[in-house]
Amino acid sequence: MSAGAIKSGVSHWRWQRLTALALVPLGLCLVFSLSRLDVLDYGSVSDWLARPLNALVVALFVLFSSLHSQLGLQVVIEDYVHDQRVQRTAVRLAGFAHVVIAAAGVLAVIRVAGGGAT
Amino acid sequence: MTRRERPLSPFLIYRFDYTMVLSFAHRVTGVLLAGGGLVLVAWLLALACGPDAYARVDDILDSWLFRLLLLGWLFSFCFHLANGIRHLAWDLGYGFEKSHARLSGWIVVMVAAVMTAGFVWVALERHGGMS
Repeated sequence: MSAGAIKSGVSHWRWQRLTALALVPLGLCLVFSLSRLDVLDYGSVSDWLARPLNALVVALFVLFSSLHSQLGLQVVIEDYVHDQRVQRTAVRLAGFAHVVIAAAGVLAVIRVAGGGAT
Repeated sequence: MTRRERPLSPFLIYRFDYTMVLSFAHRVTGVLLAGGGLVLVAWLLALACGPDAYARVDDILDSWLFRLLLLGWLFSFCFHLANGIRHLAWDLGYGFEKSHARLSGWIVVMVAAVMTAGFVWVALERHGGMS
């Protein structure tokens, strides 16, 4: 067991559930929108994302899914990587990657929704 | 010095049940979806880079391999969502009984299959075939 997992156990548990709850409506909205979207057509995709409500859904989905993904992968890493040093490094690397991915996603949404790309 | 007895892994103690497969599938689909999130953000970045950059990923988006991946991510999403709700119900203390857990497991698989089919149907309906 890693001490980190025990120390922050309650908060980890709570955030995993909170993000899960938020991702149910956000995920359903996003997947439904994507399935109706003509993904190959730049114009219709950027028009869709330029709408404030759609941009909000996508940005929130990126944020919450990144956090949820990090919390989940952390558990998987802690279960399968037994070397403490490697385990801690792997969790941190995953965390760093998730922060970068979430930031990039949100900035991309802001750029398209803010009209910067068109 | 006597060796302390080490705890056994669950799969050595419990008789096999398909609910175990579902439990592991929750993990596998979760990891797959982490990869899907990465691709989603890559797609958003291509979109933010403008029409020329976006045109360059058209070939990828239009490929059969990508469609197959999308189907995999779609099913993973539906399964992870349905099974996630089952987990949330357990957190609230519902459905712990073995027979309930087995029944809800079946329902999750059915719901995931129907949801996946539904989204595929919406996509095909919208685009008028696979063209």
